[in-house]
Amino acid sequence: MAASCWSLPDALCHFPALDSGTLRVMRKTVDGGFRNLVRTYSDAIDTATAPLQIALNALERAFTDTPWVIVLIVLLALVWGSSRNARIVTGAAFAMLLIGWMGLWDDTMVTLAMVSVCTLIAVAIGLPIGILAARSERMQRLVNPVLDVMQTLPSFVYLIPVVVIFGIGKVPGMIAVVIYAVPPMIRLTNLGIRMVDADVLEAAEAFGSSPRQKLWNVQLPLALPALMTGVNQTIMMSLSMVVVASMVGVGGLGKNVLQAINNQFFTMGFLNGFALVAIAIVFDRASQAFGHRLQKHREVHHD
Amino acid sequence: MTDTSVLINDEDEAAPAGPGIEIKSLYKIFGPNPQKWIDCVKAGMSKEELNRKHGHVLGLTDISLEIPPGKISVIMGLSGSGKSTLIRHINGLIAPTVGEIVCDGADICQMSAKTLRQFRRSRTAMVFQKFALLPHRTVLENTCYGLDIQGVPRATSEPVARRWITRVGLKGFEESYPSQLSGGMQQRVGLARALATDADILLMDEAFSALDPLIRLDMQAVLLELQQELQKTIVFITHDLDEALRLGDRIAILRDGKLEQVGTGQQIVQHPANDYVSAFVREVNRGRVLQAATVAGPLPEGKLPAMTLPGKLVLEEAARRMLDAGVLRATVVSARNRPRGVLEMADLLSAMVQRTETSPQ
Repeated sequence: MAASCWSLPDALCHFPALDSGTLRVMRKTVDGGFRNLVRTYSDAIDTATAPLQIALNALERAFTDTPWVIVLIVLLALVWGSSRNARIVTGAAFAMLLIGWMGLWDDTMVTLAMVSVCTLIAVAIGLPIGILAARSERMQRLVNPVLDVMQTLPSFVYLIPVVVIFGIGKVPGMIAVVIYAVPPMIRLTNLGIRMVDADVLEAAEAFGSSPRQKLWNVQLPLALPALMTGVNQTIMMSLSMVVVASMVGVGGLGKNVLQAINNQFFTMGFLNGFALVAIAIVFDRASQAFGHRLQKHREVHHD
Repeated sequence: MTDTSVLINDEDEAAPAGPGIEIKSLYKIFGPNPQKWIDCVKAGMSKEELNRKHGHVLGLTDISLEIPPGKISVIMGLSGSGKSTLIRHINGLIAPTVGEIVCDGADICQMSAKTLRQFRRSRTAMVFQKFALLPHRTVLENTCYGLDIQGVPRATSEPVARRWITRVGLKGFEESYPSQLSGGMQQRVGLARALATDADILLMDEAFSALDPLIRLDMQAVLLELQQELQKTIVFITHDLDEALRLGDRIAILRDGKLEQVGTGQQIVQHPANDYVSAFVREVNRGRVLQAATVAGPLPEGKLPAMTLPGKLVLEEAARRMLDAGVLRATVVSARNRPRGVLEMADLLSAMVQRTETSPQ
């Protein structure tokens, strides 16, 4: 042993870690304290999340109970409304019909309900935080490290406290998805606003704009491409996270994938996986086309 | 100094409208702690020393300038001379380190954020070198912009905007986006946007510098024509002396943050204050800048020459008319047709080919 230490003293050779007893006590104290805290407030937490739970259930039922034809028509109408592109609509129709044909319609609806709620919440949280971060250096310095942690911390790790606090079900799943999906929205909002042409901003200032007028007339419209990319990324992240969220009880395609992993059902895994991919492509194309349509003033360029 | 250009002043000009602006001993130091160095700068520390030893940049040094109401005042200087910094002080986009800018009895530098915003909305409008139009708004919406900011409803602002769009020659392009227009047309939108607010002070920051030479001449003509009617207090920034001479009722020449000379174009061309100014003036086509009244001699006793020339006529044109008429002397008259002086062909020619006084050659 001493030979492998290059004749260094032991403390410089083997890391002087806390002994396992101390570590165990530490772990137990933190875990126990946390658990007690949750137990004390479990009723309050349940009451607080109950409306959310009910709303999520209702939305899920709205998606699954509505006859598939009507859901399909509404979905295609939405895709058409945002993209105005027949090819994207045809592609979406084809993908949805294929999903239904493979017997995955109901699971897909559950996933869609979850993803749409999570995206809305992530945008609703991310946009204002991004705006604040763009307007104040201090806010940006505060937000950035938090985002770094959110994006690098393995999602399984923050699933643990979420499950301890909220138990198993849709609410913890939703929280996990939102934590995962919100960073790109914040970052791209911040970046988009900061990249706005300084000359145009100065012009707004010179005409006597208030900060609010600058935000609505100049910063948000000019940051729109970045904002749309943010929304697009949020959708994509939500879709990929619903698989992980299935481990805390979110149903839908993710749950099937989890089952397939556990049981090594190759075909089932891929079918559900591809269904997720298909939805992702539909959402991606539709939201990007929407973004382009909002930017129609950029199309014609004069040199 | 036989400067007779005073002859045509005052009487010929319409009574000035609106307020003037008075800039009083303005200093601007850029850097983390400008107040610390202001006394050294006032005591004469040079720009280089301040930058090298203390890491602060001296933007403007002791600028005192009166901007007369209803006239075009041009501030001319090369890049880095501080001209863009100076114009941004007038609407408070940049705050001075010390100094005052007085307009209508109020010091712009002391205004609260809210008062300043109100001042910008109602009193000043600005035109930018890079146009700075809102790319997502149409020409019409861009022109409405200043009025939008003031909270004027579109029902009121749209007719105003349409009128100004027509006035700057863009009728038919109301629904176009800026990216669909050429540079010259975009700057017309910038001008319409500035005029639509009906502010009496118009700040133009190298407004025509990004345009092609011919388009630039075009825009200068548009501005002069509008100004005849509007009589706004215009501060125009340029790096081009020809442009300054064409537009400016008064010209201030700025170099390294200091004023080199302030005067009318005629004064600057005839009597450059120093080598720096005369180096600029040397390149000027004197025949197209100097005016008959500037060169004319005093009224003689007795009979005046029969041929009359307006005082503001440039020498080249005066010479052409005199040659066409076959005369060597002409009476220079004011806008109200009163005789003001006599122009001799010999004086005219010598003024056209004369080297500037302070020229080192």
